Amino acid sequence: MAQDANTGLTSEERRERRMILILLAPAVTVVGLLLIGPLLWMCWQSFQGPDGFTLVHYQRFLTDTVYLSSFVQTFRIAFLVTIAALLLGYPLAYVAAKSQGIWPPIILGMVLLPFWTSVLVRAYAWLILLQRRGLVNTVLVESGVIDKPLILVNNEFGTVMATLHILLPFMVLPLYATMKKIPAELEMAGASLGGGGWLVFRSVFLPLSLPGVIAGSVLVFVLTLGFYITPELLGGGRTFLVSMLVSRNIELYNEWGAASSISMVLLLLVFLIFRLASTLIPFERIMGTR
Amino acid sequence: MERVSLSPSQILLRVFVGITLLWLIIPVLIIVPMSFSGARFLSFPPPSWSLRWYEAYLTNPAWMQATKTSLILATSSSVLATVIGTAAAYALNMTQSRWIRNLQVVLLLPLVVPIVITAVGVFLVYAQVGLIATMSGLILANVMLGMPYVITSVLVGLRKFDPTQEMVARSLGMNRWRAFFAVVLPQIRPSVITGMLFAFISALDETVVSLFISGGDYQTLTKRMFTALRDEIDPTIAAISTLLTGISFIMVLLMAMNGRASAARGRA
Repeated sequence: MAQDANTGLTSEERRERRMILILLAPAVTVVGLLLIGPLLWMCWQSFQGPDGFTLVHYQRFLTDTVYLSSFVQTFRIAFLVTIAALLLGYPLAYVAAKSQGIWPPIILGMVLLPFWTSVLVRAYAWLILLQRRGLVNTVLVESGVIDKPLILVNNEFGTVMATLHILLPFMVLPLYATMKKIPAELEMAGASLGGGGWLVFRSVFLPLSLPGVIAGSVLVFVLTLGFYITPELLGGGRTFLVSMLVSRNIELYNEWGAASSISMVLLLLVFLIFRLASTLIPFERIMGTR
Repeated sequence: MERVSLSPSQILLRVFVGITLLWLIIPVLIIVPMSFSGARFLSFPPPSWSLRWYEAYLTNPAWMQATKTSLILATSSSVLATVIGTAAAYALNMTQSRWIRNLQVVLLLPLVVPIVITAVGVFLVYAQVGLIATMSGLILANVMLGMPYVITSVLVGLRKFDPTQEMVARSLGMNRWRAFFAVVLPQIRPSVITGMLFAFISALDETVVSLFISGGDYQTLTKRMFTALRDEIDPTIAAISTLLTGISFIMVLLMAMNGRASAARGRA
């Protein structure tokens, strides 16, 4: 490659740069036209009223109790799901990372099959399991644990259960990837220095697995914030999450300004969470490109 | 991990994990026996067995049309997403410019933005240009949604790939284009396939965007299922779900085989 120190860029390098831009162009165009463009338009729309510029769509966050309660419920469910996913996912990833022989593929397979199964199919399965005459109630009534069927679906419980089930793999997979990279020698060193199992785990393994904990938690939390299918199908009108607030404003009321302002606030919160998390671990790590 | 003696706390841990795994897998498997039920109501175990729900599915033109739409959509959008995404990942990996590298964040945005907001945005654009309820509109939207998986997966593959091999090929007189197909692509193939499988399943599974933009002759299977589920729990859905889960199972197997191929390549 001929290098010309005076012009900075050789013709070779200039050709290279042009090729890079050409290769990126289709992908950037698609995302620009179908996502970034509409987002900018929605941002503008959220400040538009019948007489031009207005803040009325954002004022509703302070005055309309439906808005506030919807955001509060969404965040409460997101917290619940994230903490439950961590409590179930951490031991699961730990055992998968520590076991040997045929166990890791079996455990991971049992995590991946649900992961690859349609979200709709899983929501349907929970509907079957949790409904009034569903499997869970049948078993509980027939075994005499309860005498009346429990109301397990068409409420927040059903929504949380199905959402947790759908999102648990998003917690387990980054945790497993992080734990797999922790060298076993470190724990042996800790043990050889006289640390007991719990002490070594707490002072060596746990801190090293924290990047996985953050990546998994951010993914699960953010995905729950925007979840639509499970609250719609299993919430029975008792879970009215932000995503439903957005879609109702368009489907029922054709209120673009309101839908846009809610979308902007939700999006801002999501970006803020990613921003905060990326001060702890790189964005690429959360998304799994590194 | 030693086989010899497990402490009580370790046994407890394994039992806990075992229960979690059952909780993960049972809901996916439970729909299989349900789909062979002979009864109108979903009770478990089914009082009698039959194939009536499969028959109901296969003989219903609306379900068949929706299935066709979904399969065409998933196939074409995953192929397109793979081509566009691989090109983008290759460029992102090659560039020296920080500015261009930061485009990666932009290209992964479809994974970050809550799906309802994406759906509203796409709906908005399509309403202006007349792409609502069209096949090309559906494909385009799913290309965008599937692309991040391809880019992520291919970038991981490219980072493992030794770039000097490509340089050698080019110093021997191959142009970039030939060097890519002769040297780079064969080595990153498992990552490309992984990305494509992800894009395929993401398009087959996608529901929220198609609720907004699909319709008429081009309703996707998921949109039909969703609307059917909102009204009543029809056991036909159990039959369709079983078939969809079968596809997922095949995907997991393909992934595992693909993973083993890449591991073997890594050892060689």
